[in-house]
Amino acid sequence: MSEIVKVEHLKKYFPVQKSFLEQLFTRKLSYVKAVDDVTFSIKKGEIFTLAGESGCGKTTTGRIILKLAKPTSGKIYFDGSDVTNLKGEKLRLIRRRMQMIFQDPYASLNPRMKIGDAVGHPLEIHGLAKGEEKKKMVLEVLEKVGLTPPYQFINLYPHQLSGGQRQRVALARSIILKPEFIVADEPVSMIDVSLRTTIIDLMLTLRKELGLTYLFITHDLAVAKYISDRIAIMYLGRIIELGSRATLFLKPMHPYTQALLSAIPVPNPERKRKPVELAGEVPSPINMPSGCRFHPRCPYQKDICRKKEPKLKEIEREHFVECFLYDV
Amino acid sequence: MPLLEVNSLRVDYPTSRGTVHAVENVSFSLEKGKKLGIAGESGSGKSTLGLSLIRLVPHPGIIVGGCIKIDGTDIVKLSNHEIRAIRGKKVAYIFQDPMTSLNPVKRIGTHFVELIRTHEPTTTKEEAFKRTRSMLKNLGILPERINDYPHQFSGGMRQRIMIGLAIALNPALVIADEPTTALDVIVQAKILDLLEDLRKVYGMALILISHDLSILLERCDKIIVMYAGHMMEYANSTELYKNPKHPYTQGLLQSIPNIELEDQKLSAIPGSPPDMHNPPKGCRFWPRCSYATENCHLKEPPLIDVGNDHFVRCFLYGEKGAQQ
Repeated sequence: MSEIVKVEHLKKYFPVQKSFLEQLFTRKLSYVKAVDDVTFSIKKGEIFTLAGESGCGKTTTGRIILKLAKPTSGKIYFDGSDVTNLKGEKLRLIRRRMQMIFQDPYASLNPRMKIGDAVGHPLEIHGLAKGEEKKKMVLEVLEKVGLTPPYQFINLYPHQLSGGQRQRVALARSIILKPEFIVADEPVSMIDVSLRTTIIDLMLTLRKELGLTYLFITHDLAVAKYISDRIAIMYLGRIIELGSRATLFLKPMHPYTQALLSAIPVPNPERKRKPVELAGEVPSPINMPSGCRFHPRCPYQKDICRKKEPKLKEIEREHFVECFLYDV
Repeated sequence: MPLLEVNSLRVDYPTSRGTVHAVENVSFSLEKGKKLGIAGESGSGKSTLGLSLIRLVPHPGIIVGGCIKIDGTDIVKLSNHEIRAIRGKKVAYIFQDPMTSLNPVKRIGTHFVELIRTHEPTTTKEEAFKRTRSMLKNLGILPERINDYPHQFSGGMRQRIMIGLAIALNPALVIADEPTTALDVIVQAKILDLLEDLRKVYGMALILISHDLSILLERCDKIIVMYAGHMMEYANSTELYKNPKHPYTQGLLQSIPNIELEDQKLSAIPGSPPDMHNPPKGCRFWPRCSYATENCHLKEPPLIDVGNDHFVRCFLYGEKGAQQ
């Protein structure tokens, strides 16, 4: 399988606002290292998941890939070509091929725009279709995402739809340009449990029908397990473990991944739950710990963890871990 | 006598678009020291139900029927003055959002001291501070931080403080409404563990309200499943998990991913929750139910006793209601 998206040594540092006095007395700028040297590639047709807690950099990574944010350094490749510094018309042409679905279907749709107009808008922006032709395409995608009969929906406003239906509209809007790659940022976390599966299943069906590739961003590992082919776990701006769904869930190797998995509630009253063995909380990304950024919370920390930063290494085939425990 | 007894509780929200019956005909009881879960999706009435148990239903909501007995006293009938002696002292509430439920211009210690001295006017300031320090220690927060402000704490820490405030007066019942929804999964697990440890130490009963059935199955003795203001099912957790009766509960259980299962097949419940201004007649769930018959469109099913302390509101299990 060929790669559709590849990022190399991606970094995104946000400068921290300082008070006037601090600016007078210190020269040094401090940064939030939202994404700190991340490298991975996404194969055509797969669902690649970035998972982690809030503030781990998963959303920023997704936004950088879609060029909604500029990386501080690093390279982004889309379908084999370097798109890191694309601008203007060339960028617009690439944008057509990559789309995004956002978390909040209440905020991602313009409340004054009818559903039909919202879904058809991308066609106008890219000058692909107008009038009757546009309407035909809109009806077609609405039907595809299960908003049937579609002609009943085109004249509705977002407030007349439920959360699940709105997310379907967002999906329809994202596929109308026939993209190859979609970044889905927490697409089901604001949707009622009883409706989540319908949205996930719809995403899976669309992948098959349209040959889509997804970058799925989530904090919910149970959902990640259900949907993903490969999963990368992020912690404070770095990928600390990456592997196929099977390896990651059966054989998590990084202490953080292990803690994360043990913390997930399991819907089974007979299972005895073990307490999570992890000290403290995620430290501030402004004052990053030295060495391995996980070491202050790690139950297995050694001397070296405080001094040196571990690198992401392939421990077994297709299973990457960033931890000194597996250094031989 | 059970600690809490709720009988035929009804809560309405009169609005300009008509009256919303947010909670209808809910009855249950809770023994001392037990853990009850209330599950439901958005708009199911679970939070309204929780808030009505301390008479804090937000305007324009009103309790229009039924009784809520706490240690034998019907709190629906109490005056506003009398209910204040119960809140915090007998029943405490932990809100969902730890960011907005603390006063940003008051030190953490002040929150505790004010609470203690309001309810126990004879306590001296020194004594109240002493109790606060030992409470912070129990919560896993350094007692030195007693003079810090809420913004100096992380979300998880703030929720710990909320838990501390809730149990500071050693209430018999704590109601926690989505206490960990805003938090990450590791913090969530640790907060729920802390809540459980403290519950055991102080011997409190707990009502945990959540949209996440997994959490409730894992941590509660009994579970109420709410849908569109109605109590659809009520059973102990193991029974509910192994033997769900209501089609809604069955659908819900089939739609939660379980991380311990391989190649799980999830399915969704068709349709979407009703508009509460205009809920379906008869059973509230029938438009989404694959077993619905004409009977379900016409009549509201009663709560049926299916044995084993298990109640379900569905015609599939008979026509006659149970006397709880």
